[in-house]
Amino acid sequence: MTTFLGMPATAPRGVGHLRGDESFPAAAHKALADDQLRRNLRHATTTIRGKSGRVIAELPDWQELRSAGSAIKADVMSRLPELLEELEARVTERGGVVHWAADANEANAIVVDLVRRTGSERVIKVKSMATQEIALNEALEAAGIQPVETDLAELIVQLGNDKPSHILVPAIHRNRSEIREIFLAAMPGVDPDLTDDPPVLAAAARKYLRETFLSTKVAISGANFGIAETGTLAVVESEGNGRMCLTLPETLITVMGIEKIVPTWQDLEVFLQLLPRASTGERMNPYTTMWTGVTPGDGPQNFHLVLLDNGRSAVLADPAGRSALHCIRCSACLNVCPVYERTGGHAYGSVYPGPIGAILSPQLTGIEDNASLPFASSLCGACFDACPVKIDIPAILVHLRNQAPHPRSERAAMRAAAYTMDRPKLYASAQRAAKLARIAGRRGRGLPLGGWTDARDLPEFPQQTFRDWWASR
Amino acid sequence: MRIALFATCLADTLFPEAAKATVRLLERLGHEVVFPFEQTCCGQMHVNTGYQRDALPLIRRYVSVFSPFDVIVAPSGSCVGSIRHQHSLVAAKAGDAGLASRAADLGARTYELSELLIDVLKVEDVGAYYPHRVTYHPTCHSLRMTRVGDKPLRLLRNVRGLELLELPAAEQCCGFGGTFSIKNAETSAAMLADKMTNIVSTGAEVCSAGDASCLMHIGGGLRRRDSGVKTVHLAEILAAT
Ligand code: SF4
Repeated sequence: MTTFLGMPATAPRGVGHLRGDESFPAAAHKALADDQLRRNLRHATTTIRGKSGRVIAELPDWQELRSAGSAIKADVMSRLPELLEELEARVTERGGVVHWAADANEANAIVVDLVRRTGSERVIKVKSMATQEIALNEALEAAGIQPVETDLAELIVQLGNDKPSHILVPAIHRNRSEIREIFLAAMPGVDPDLTDDPPVLAAAARKYLRETFLSTKVAISGANFGIAETGTLAVVESEGNGRMCLTLPETLITVMGIEKIVPTWQDLEVFLQLLPRASTGERMNPYTTMWTGVTPGDGPQNFHLVLLDNGRSAVLADPAGRSALHCIRCSACLNVCPVYERTGGHAYGSVYPGPIGAILSPQLTGIEDNASLPFASSLCGACFDACPVKIDIPAILVHLRNQAPHPRSERAAMRAAAYTMDRPKLYASAQRAAKLARIAGRRGRGLPLGGWTDARDLPEFPQQTFRDWWASR
Repeated sequence: MRIALFATCLADTLFPEAAKATVRLLERLGHEVVFPFEQTCCGQMHVNTGYQRDALPLIRRYVSVFSPFDVIVAPSGSCVGSIRHQHSLVAAKAGDAGLASRAADLGARTYELSELLIDVLKVEDVGAYYPHRVTYHPTCHSLRMTRVGDKPLRLLRNVRGLELLELPAAEQCCGFGGTFSIKNAETSAAMLADKMTNIVSTGAEVCSAGDASCLMHIGGGLRRRDSGVKTVHLAEILAAT
């Protein structure tokens, strides 16, 4: 296989944020009991959905754009090794240094070493899913280096000792009075008279961040895209804090998942249309920062690119699941997902929540480590229709369910059902016998229905099945 | 026209009225309905719960039972979606290319009821009379897997006496999802609660849909709430006179 990059290894255990401590139903239980959280989530996702729907409707060629995005990504996946080598060659030519990291441990070690060599004890960070995935902040702290998140929402999450709950709006689960409390408790030099007025909160964060930007010599970023033909990296964001991180420090270290590559500048055009409209409902994202290696006298003078695998080769090796790597992290699938809307992101136990998380995390870690996630969906299909790069998430969910370990009792019941349903006579008598289940009553006493009958009555069994009716006609 | 009926295991066993109504409706429109007795289940529950190998004999059964027919109808957008999209996929994954191509072929001749009526039989007014206030839940699989679009609504708009009430957030999932409602019962119940609130807010007497499975779930919830709203399959409304 041309796309095979070596032994496809899954993300290592014990490091990173790809595995939860509990199964999805158990984690969801808490979120479902939190009415405030559900109101916050419904309000936020409904607003984003509406905005996104309106600006998508403006484009006459949205479906063609989606197809183009999907086709470009499929092409990238089919020749990833050569594109990565091309990227490496161009970055190196332009004065950057490229590092290859097989997994989270290697990536963290590379970055910690690079920061140590600068002598800096603090780094500023641009919002980055890849560094969240590998738990880079924790690794830096363990090495005595202080990471400061500069995305406003990421900063809220960091100061609150919390975890992000959304790809794009990491603090979606917090409201402004909670944010005020977090700032008062943890933001250095904060005004003790802080109110919960959003502009006041933003100003407090800005003051703190400006001081940090101007006094920190090392920045760490992710990348939304890497352009193979020129070795250019791109970060899109909406606050401008990212641009300061990417331009002010002396040293810039970028950690990029190997799937983030696009072959040419022309390909980028497609994604720069798809991403903002699908994600935040903007026509164009406010800040797009691009850089190519090092430019003497302008911007960071040392540039390192860490190319991260951490399970991606394993995903790539599965033709039925591979398209999960097409994801551009727009979070449109989260915003339309009825399950995400009720449970929030923490229930998924991974930095990748919602529908994309339900397929990507199990693929990166191996299905056994995230066995409940492919089942955390009603297969309603809203995510597939929303995805700007047309990832058939329901199909991959079904594919992963087929690989997931099954409870023994369920396996036995499914076998028995299939056996019976493949024998029409036996099936017909089982239908009649099922009427006996009426004694279980509408609350289903004694039937293996889990919590089904906590909220719903069972239907009454009819006096006659259809096939008996037909036979008696 | 001679039309084979795939009753679906759920309608056959628990909601025979939906299948009976399909027969009555098609016969009233002058067509011959055939019910092959060897049919059982499309295997969707097995595929969607992660038991593709166990689904394979059911897929084989569907293909062999219905291959002799030119047109097949099922009163379920969900089962039709599964037949159309999952049968050939599962067969291909099992390495049975012959079955996969026969399944794909058959999938193209298997219709959901509203598709059969409008696309094949070319009727939008089936001559039904149903004097009730009705709201319609489009069901995810009818909408996004089978893509029946607004066909059920077009049929309902032509039913005499029927007042069609718009359902808020109609396209959001009711939370059934087959075994999802067992494995994630609490999340499913939260989704159902919102769906029920929207249904009750319309002031409808009846909530209709083209899938017995979603109606079982929604109906079970509405009954538990003592809401007074009944659930009725689309076929039963279209068959009413
Ligand atoms: S899977 Fe699709 S919709 Fe979801 S975040 Fe990725 S690109 Fe966006």
